[in-house]
Amino acid sequence: MYAQLIKTARSGIKSREEMSEQEREFQDKIDNDIKIEPRDWMPDDYRRTLIRQMGQHAHSEVVGQLPEGNWITRAPTLERKAILLAKVQDEAGHGLYLYSAAETLGESRDELVRLLHEGRMKYSSIFNYPTLNWADIGAVGWLVDGAAIVNQVALQRTSYGPYSRAMIRICKEESFHARQGYHAIMNMAFGTPEQKRQAQSAVDRLWFPAIMMFGPTDADSTNSDQSMAWKIKVKSNDELRQQFVDQTVPQIEYLGLDLPDAGIKWNEERGHYDFSDPDWSEFFDVIKGNGPCNVDRLKDRVAAWDDGEWVRDGLMAHAQKKAAAKVAAE
Amino acid sequence: MSVDKQHLLQFLLRQGDNTLVLGHRVSEWCGHSPILEEDIALANTALDLIGQTQMWLGYAAEVQGEGKSADDLAFLRDAWDFRNVLLTELPNGDFGRTLLRQFLFDAFQSVLMGRLMQSSDETVAAIAAKASKEVAYHVERSADTVVGLGDGTEESHRRMQEALEYLWPYVGEMFASDETDAAMAAAGIAPDPASLREEYDALISKVLTDATLDIPAATYAHKGGRTGYMHTEHLGHLLTSMQWLQRAYPGCEW
Repeated sequence: MYAQLIKTARSGIKSREEMSEQEREFQDKIDNDIKIEPRDWMPDDYRRTLIRQMGQHAHSEVVGQLPEGNWITRAPTLERKAILLAKVQDEAGHGLYLYSAAETLGESRDELVRLLHEGRMKYSSIFNYPTLNWADIGAVGWLVDGAAIVNQVALQRTSYGPYSRAMIRICKEESFHARQGYHAIMNMAFGTPEQKRQAQSAVDRLWFPAIMMFGPTDADSTNSDQSMAWKIKVKSNDELRQQFVDQTVPQIEYLGLDLPDAGIKWNEERGHYDFSDPDWSEFFDVIKGNGPCNVDRLKDRVAAWDDGEWVRDGLMAHAQKKAAAKVAAE
Repeated sequence: MSVDKQHLLQFLLRQGDNTLVLGHRVSEWCGHSPILEEDIALANTALDLIGQTQMWLGYAAEVQGEGKSADDLAFLRDAWDFRNVLLTELPNGDFGRTLLRQFLFDAFQSVLMGRLMQSSDETVAAIAAKASKEVAYHVERSADTVVGLGDGTEESHRRMQEALEYLWPYVGEMFASDETDAAMAAAGIAPDPASLREEYDALISKVLTDATLDIPAATYAHKGGRTGYMHTEHLGHLLTSMQWLQRAYPGCEW
């Protein structure tokens, strides 16, 4: 997921009569589930919305390295350290696919990174929460990647070809991460009382931030209609959130942990779990930059970029010298 | 083949502690690299090093025969029992120093692993065979980066030369020999490190020349890591992070 509150780049959906012939042909393709490819004509607003969504998704993968990296040096066993390193490496790789997919729409990675660093693009709110104990790392894999999977499985059917294909690939790796995360937290929940306490603390702190990952309620999600019509989004925020809650509650129960929300209750009539709304004012605060880690996360990313400038310049200068020498030799 | 078990254990700890400690250092870069490709490459390098650690320390624990695991050795020994060379425990510094340290170590490993693949000890030979594939691309990548940055801009050249001045006194320790090395050589398990120096010097001087860097004339070598006699002050802090969970919550399954 890692993309939430994407402002669709237009207001209101055009009726068929209002569309130009090009727009009608485009909408027909979408309606017939024919993927849109980079060289195809597309409305400017479709392009802009996708760039925002894929860019935000890519940024989330990259910033997401930080809360996990926070525990790599303290992982409790060699195997757990190796698993976490492999996971973080995967996340950075997802960032690369997604930036590349955004580049097929004519937006460079450098430009997207610049917008992030200037605070003009966002990343998922979840990465503005801290990872405070080892169980958090299990919970990030299980709950955060788990929530991402629910969204991304739906996005495999998204209308833009390169994005859809990136999602198919990413989902395979995310499923692996979610299983490994659950395994890690199982060891904690079934371990000593102190380990179980860490696992409970992780679930209590990360539950609401995880269900916020799906974005505001459908009623408050003003940008969704056009994105749904263009099949950039294929399921609503609330549908996805419900799906996540339904699959996750039995997993929490299996661990023998207390449910993190007193409002969670099976609703026979709906065939779904009821649950409490997260505190949406907290969500909007985090989005605005007031989450527990916003300032430090962005500062770390900007510092990495600025401190690395001499490296990028040096390697570029060397590549140019080599190219020049090759031309001279020919 | 009979070899003193204590010497074999020392030898294996030296291998495993080198990769463990360097893997830890490299992993500290996670999310902070100059560019996304480097984040991926550094995580990948760290992952390979931790994987090699599992094999070396796993075998060390078996040879030790006290029912311990690789994890026990990694997480429950104190600094004076570590046998890594000082080079691997030095702080990362900037990206250039990290990659130069990596190159100086990779070059050593690439020479050593080639020899260890011929080891009379089958397990050592098998670990070396697996590690050598990873070491081959590590050294290729770190050498390319060292050349790119050494022969890049004025600033990148200056930083790389400074990094070389800082790291150079730690190179010599990799070639130090003691009675453990003599015992390994006599048993055909591992070469005497001193015998690898010529090949190593040829390899690094080619790369450092391409990188337009000057190898410092000073030959003084810091030592004390591979014997455990005197590590740097940095190792204790590294272990404080690395071992914290195992120390704070002993005896848990993770």
